[in-house]
Amino acid sequence: MNYRFDWSVLWSGQSGGWLLQGLLTTLEIATLGWLLAVALGVLSGALRTVPLALLRWLATGYVEFFRNVPLLVWMFFWYFGAPPMLPEIAREWLFDHGAEFWAAVFALGVYHGARFSEVIRAGIQSIPKTQLEAALSTGLTIVQAYRLIILPIALRLIIPPATNETLNLIKNSSVALTIGVAELTFQTRQIETYTAKAFEALAAGTVIYLMLCLTIATLMARIERRVAIPGMIAQGGAP
Amino acid sequence: MDFQVIVNNFAFLIAQGFFGIGTFTGGTLRLALPAIILGFLLGTLVGLARLSRRRWLNLPATIYVEFFRGVPLVMVIFWFWFIVPALVGKSAPEYVVALTAFVVFEAAYLAEIVRAGIQSVPRGQVEAATATGLTNSKTMRHVILPQALRNMIPALVTQFIVLLKDTSLASIIGYVDLTKAAQIVNNREIRPFELYLFIALVYWLCSYSMSRYARRLESRLASR
Repeated sequence: MNYRFDWSVLWSGQSGGWLLQGLLTTLEIATLGWLLAVALGVLSGALRTVPLALLRWLATGYVEFFRNVPLLVWMFFWYFGAPPMLPEIAREWLFDHGAEFWAAVFALGVYHGARFSEVIRAGIQSIPKTQLEAALSTGLTIVQAYRLIILPIALRLIIPPATNETLNLIKNSSVALTIGVAELTFQTRQIETYTAKAFEALAAGTVIYLMLCLTIATLMARIERRVAIPGMIAQGGAP
Repeated sequence: MDFQVIVNNFAFLIAQGFFGIGTFTGGTLRLALPAIILGFLLGTLVGLARLSRRRWLNLPATIYVEFFRGVPLVMVIFWFWFIVPALVGKSAPEYVVALTAFVVFEAAYLAEIVRAGIQSVPRGQVEAATATGLTNSKTMRHVILPQALRNMIPALVTQFIVLLKDTSLASIIGYVDLTKAAQIVNNREIRPFELYLFIALVYWLCSYSMSRYARRLESRLASR
């Protein structure tokens, strides 16, 4: 095998800036997708615990429908399938403002929102009922009890699984290349196509993903230790 | 909206795309089933290596698991698309590339399931087996693994659901699975809304019914 290594394609010449551009786009769609996912996750996760059957049913329907279909299919659906159903004006606006970018953000957010929902529900349900009862007996209202007691505990308990989901979201943002979003994996493919340096391009992309995941995991572990409730986290962690 | 397109292409989408019966070497199930079986075999080896006290066994296994769990599957598929032909010396069929990538990738996740399954077997079982005079490997084969396997079944079903959904990504290297089949039909008919909604429902049906099954298994195990 006479493959000639040339790592300089990663930082010089025509393809020099592509990796950085790709990383920035990955961070953009992952961040926007994450915000949408957390919003949907908290909303539907909380709704699944309320005593109104209709709301519970709606939230459960959302979660079960979206997380049981591959993300790639959602990407195709939101990018190719949904826009033709929109009114003319909305469609034109969308295709003037990077439709593939917003389809990717939407697909990531809605898909991972369903998965975050499970994490948040499990977090709320893992807190013993006595906590709520104790809080109410001290004279707090139910909203105060949720805001001051239940949610602060739940949010700390879910840090490990929520971190896991965040990393999944970042890794899954690579699926956006299928609808033409120029994120990190797309750019490594681009470098490969233009320079025929497949090994270098793939290695660079892989290392960037690993570093990104490692950084976030380390950061979250530090936050988890910082906010840990003594005697609580050890028994409340994921099974 | 015109769902006639689904009726007209139903045989192609389901037989070719989902089951892999037809002119193309393809099919979602034809990829997912061998991938879970081979992945489980590799995953068991890696999981056992991770539990080993010998450093030369558990360090590489740990690196293997952490590496593949830190990299997107899309990236892994592209790696194999590039590496397999380089190793074989000629271009490899998409099926071989996709299957290798999925086995290697899934093994990292399955190894963790195997490890958790083995760790869930009570310590007393090992002590009792040793007391009856079984060797270490016999204890593993006849006492620990059978019990661990039973504990693992719900997690394995769940992982199979993940794998089944993930096989849609094989379509990016041209493997004709359900997603690619829908793309092929769409290129001819231009009915993206109906087609993608339809395959979403097919995936949903498989994965939802299996997740219900996994939940039932789990509660049955818990009540034992």
